[in-house]
Amino acid sequence: MTRTAPGTLSVQRVSVAVDRRTLVDAVSLDVAPREVVGLVGPNGAGKSTLLRTLYRAVRPTSGRILLDGDDVWRMPGRRLARRLACVLQEASGEFELSVHDVVAMGRTPHKRAFDGDGRADREIIASSLGELDVAHLARAPFERLSGGEKQRVLIARALAQRAGTMVLDEPTNHLDLRHRLDALRLVRRLGVTAVIALHDLDLAAMFCDRVCVLHGGRVVALGTPAEVLTPELLAEVYRVAAEVDVNPHTGTPRLTLLPGSGPREEAPFT
Amino acid sequence: MTGAAREAGADAAAPASPAVPRRLPYGLVLLLSGAFLLAAATAGVAVGSITIPAGQVWEILLHRAHPALAEPAWPAVRETIVMDARLPRVLLCAVVGAGLAVCGMALQAVVRNPLADPMLLGVSSGATVGAVVVVVFGVAWFGVFTLPFSAFLGALAALVAVFLLARSGGRMTTVRLVLAGVATAEVLSAIAGFVVVTSDDPHAAQSALRWMLGGLAGTTWEMFWIPAAAVLVGTLVLLGVSRPLNLLLAGEEAAAALGLDVHRFRAALFVLVAMMTGTIVAVSGAIGFVGLIMPHVVRLLVGADHRRALPAAALLGAGFLIAADLAARTLVSPEEIPVGILTALVGGPFFLWLMRRKAAR
Repeated sequence: MTRTAPGTLSVQRVSVAVDRRTLVDAVSLDVAPREVVGLVGPNGAGKSTLLRTLYRAVRPTSGRILLDGDDVWRMPGRRLARRLACVLQEASGEFELSVHDVVAMGRTPHKRAFDGDGRADREIIASSLGELDVAHLARAPFERLSGGEKQRVLIARALAQRAGTMVLDEPTNHLDLRHRLDALRLVRRLGVTAVIALHDLDLAAMFCDRVCVLHGGRVVALGTPAEVLTPELLAEVYRVAAEVDVNPHTGTPRLTLLPGSGPREEAPFT
Repeated sequence: MTGAAREAGADAAAPASPAVPRRLPYGLVLLLSGAFLLAAATAGVAVGSITIPAGQVWEILLHRAHPALAEPAWPAVRETIVMDARLPRVLLCAVVGAGLAVCGMALQAVVRNPLADPMLLGVSSGATVGAVVVVVFGVAWFGVFTLPFSAFLGALAALVAVFLLARSGGRMTTVRLVLAGVATAEVLSAIAGFVVVTSDDPHAAQSALRWMLGGLAGTTWEMFWIPAAAVLVGTLVLLGVSRPLNLLLAGEEAAAALGLDVHRFRAALFVLVAMMTGTIVAVSGAIGFVGLIMPHVVRLLVGADHRRALPAAALLGAGFLIAADLAARTLVSPEEIPVGILTALVGGPFFLWLMRRKAAR
């Protein structure tokens, strides 16, 4: 059950432009081994696009991304997939793959043609199913699951890849409160390097070592949750008024949104 | 309070999980499919204008395999019927049926759409145009390989055209796919028809008609080997890439994130499917719906994992087409119905049912 050693991820001045629109603008971000970095920002800030350059769904217009010093865009896909696992926003198909089949896909980068699933593979698949609390669904058709169950299965698939670095795009979407905590706690416990796009700033504050705030494709703040998640930043980036105090249980920042009191400059219909 | 607690308790004890499909063990499914194939093949060789007992069919085959295995106690004409008329036809049916089923399954994974089928996507029509052009214009650049090669080129061109037409902005909807496939098939069939009708060689027109309807009448051993080799090789290759095929079902981005070079893999599959379909159509014409029905039946039986589904699809497709061909030549004997008409009679309603079920989801 060897897991690839946690990777060092280095995003170097990555830009993405599509149809002359700059979606990601010279983003640089260094992630140390075992560090968990939360990627936050309003809708359209470029979070997903930036993550997509990491798992090679979108080629950066400029800049490069190094994983342990190797350019991710210059290594064979299979080798990258053994070192970097992804949880994408839910994709649905028309086929009745079972939950077990979906998680077994995670073993593909480790396999050659005609290789069967060996005992080690079966153990990895079973333990991944168990970690995400979906073992009882193993034989159920993936298509028929609820959104939250699907999300957990997709996290289990990434887990079965046994990669040292993980990229997660809104992994807590569709999850109920308990499974949100479980999923993020699990990522922490794995001791992998992780970049997680999150909408929920309280969760980002609770589970991430550092938070990277994107706005309009640029990094506008990068630091520990306490450094970054300030009322001033929330007003500037999200255009909301909020109070930030310290969560007495975790010692991390806690946000309280103030209803109906957006910053004055955001007058409607101007 | 107690109500809430009970509810929570019940929830934990029996989480609302979707129904797990009940399935036969995989080995049993393979065994039954193999038995069905063997029974259909035996019947296919035994039944005809002169019916030969099944036992005698096997004795003749065993005798041919090794003379010591069975004492010849049959008229020589029966041996001729079995070996020269019926056996090549039954074996070719098996190859064509297996190939179409496997191609259908691969195509459905490539376009991520369960309504894909070599005939519905215009691939068979493309191959028909290739075949008809060769026959009508008497081209013979590559000897015996001219016909299958030309059919392959036609199939590949049609497949690429449909794929590009159905895709817009990286997305492909079912409606666009089916419309693009049907339109391409219509245009290509019209081209094939035009070439045949305007040809002044009645013999060429006659043999070209064979591809338009889809049938296996008059099969000889010479026709058997090329499609047999193509289907065997193609199926083995597909089995080798059954894991990447599974990844395609997860979607393009997820497949890429799991290490698959989606564009190259898809291009390679196009060539492979076109090769199988082209060589098949070159001998049998366009036989529809086998590639649509068989993958669905197989997925119901063993699930969608290609490592398990492909072998079962090959076996069932082979058995199904042998049975269909048997029906085609015995239902209104001594006349013979082109088997493509029979499969369309069965497959058309199936397709409609599938579309309605998909729409209902």
